[in-house]
Amino acid sequence: MNDTLTSAAHPHEAGRAAPLLEVRGLHKSFGPLHVLKGVDLVVRPGEVSFLIGPSGGGKSTLIRCVNFLETPSAGEITFDGRSLCREEGNIFHIAPERTLRAARSEMPMVFQHFNLFSHRTVLENVIEGPVMVKRQRRDEAIAIAEKLLAEVGLADKHDRYPDELSGGQKQRVAIARALAMQPKLILFDEPTSALDPELVSGILDTIRGLAERGMTLIVVSHEMGFARRLADQVHFISGGTIVESGPPERIFDAPDNPRLASFIRSILH
Amino acid sequence: MYDFFFVLIPRYFPFLLQGALVTVELSVLSMAFGLVLGLAVALGRLSGRRWLEWPLAAYVEIWRDVPLIVQLLVIYFTLPSIGILLPAFWAGVLGLSLNLAAYLSEVFRAAILSIDSGQRAAGLSIGMSRPMIYGRIVLPQALRIAVPTIGGYFIALLKDSSLVSFISVNELLRNGTIVISNTFRSMEVYMMVAIIYFAMSFVASLLVHRIEQWLTPRYLRKKRPSDRALAPQPAVMP
Repeated sequence: MNDTLTSAAHPHEAGRAAPLLEVRGLHKSFGPLHVLKGVDLVVRPGEVSFLIGPSGGGKSTLIRCVNFLETPSAGEITFDGRSLCREEGNIFHIAPERTLRAARSEMPMVFQHFNLFSHRTVLENVIEGPVMVKRQRRDEAIAIAEKLLAEVGLADKHDRYPDELSGGQKQRVAIARALAMQPKLILFDEPTSALDPELVSGILDTIRGLAERGMTLIVVSHEMGFARRLADQVHFISGGTIVESGPPERIFDAPDNPRLASFIRSILH
Repeated sequence: MYDFFFVLIPRYFPFLLQGALVTVELSVLSMAFGLVLGLAVALGRLSGRRWLEWPLAAYVEIWRDVPLIVQLLVIYFTLPSIGILLPAFWAGVLGLSLNLAAYLSEVFRAAILSIDSGQRAAGLSIGMSRPMIYGRIVLPQALRIAVPTIGGYFIALLKDSSLVSFISVNELLRNGTIVISNTFRSMEVYMMVAIIYFAMSFVASLLVHRIEQWLTPRYLRKKRPSDRALAPQPAVMP
């Protein structure tokens, strides 16, 4: 945890740190549908990476493969020094379920449709992971959860059920639930796409707050202005591969790939 | 009439109630076994293991496609021939449980499948194991959906258990038949039997409603139509 914070305090030095997440040659097929066709991705501690690109290009599939919500078909994923899957010769090895679970608990995901546990109150949603997965004491978990909920501006909603909250509030609970895991990395899968326009900026501010505190983030998003301001690295994914990667200035202002250029144009108009 | 109230009821009602007690015992035990077995079958069929899928699907199909009375007779008369001697009561419990489990497994399966896959994804994404996700996230929500249907099956079971009178279990209906063979008062006795069945089922349905409310979280309770009917109605402007 401390390591993450220190390295993040100097975002420009982040490029030199050992990668937190390394994806090499990742493939994913759903039956005959070949969605990811050899993706390489490196994320260093403290770095904010945005995945952008047209719908159906494989952005969501990529981050769902990173935490094994979807099982990749081939390739290598290394997270925090642990191999989650790799290829030896022609054999594709997947780490045992225990290793995958441990990795997931350190890189929780925030979903487009929030996916809060609908039979649990806000507080119970946030402490579920710490108590059940991290085996934290319940009273400790509650103390931490209360602090996190206050940070995302929901101090007065502990005992509400998800159905009693607005979309923006639900998404902030989901962020608190992710933070309660004391993660090394948070995955955001289109966190604002299901929100009413007036609620989007609140969530974006919350995400920016995380980035400023040095949290490592991978964000799938269509919010290009936000990506441009916040990202350290932007990856343009189209047709199942990362077509171009780079700092936001280069991706947005000087796109040299024609597919990227036309995507940027279509977004801006 | 005098005879009915002052002779028939005092003399035979306690005997009928004894039968009713057996009916309740049969139903509660069969329900308990049926729930456990039904849930196990549903989980087995949802586990994605093919070697489990077809035998379980066959079990559900066969037990739903043969009349309950035939199942009870087959169990009662087959088990002794393969050396298993069950008292009639337990043969009845076995028959009712197996039949009920076939139906309940479909109730559970539908309820589990109705839970949004995002709930599972969220559990996985914070590192929960699959059994943990089932136990703490999926089943509690699925159960709440299944309770009204399960309750309906329980009420049906209270009445269907009368079929075990055919395999000589002394439950309510069979005791009624015994009384009739002693008194030849079919109408009055069947009336008493009917009233007792109604009373039991009515209490059971109230109980089911209670359980349903108790399992419903606060925010949904407010929206229940029956509660809304009780709430003061806004005045209608002329």
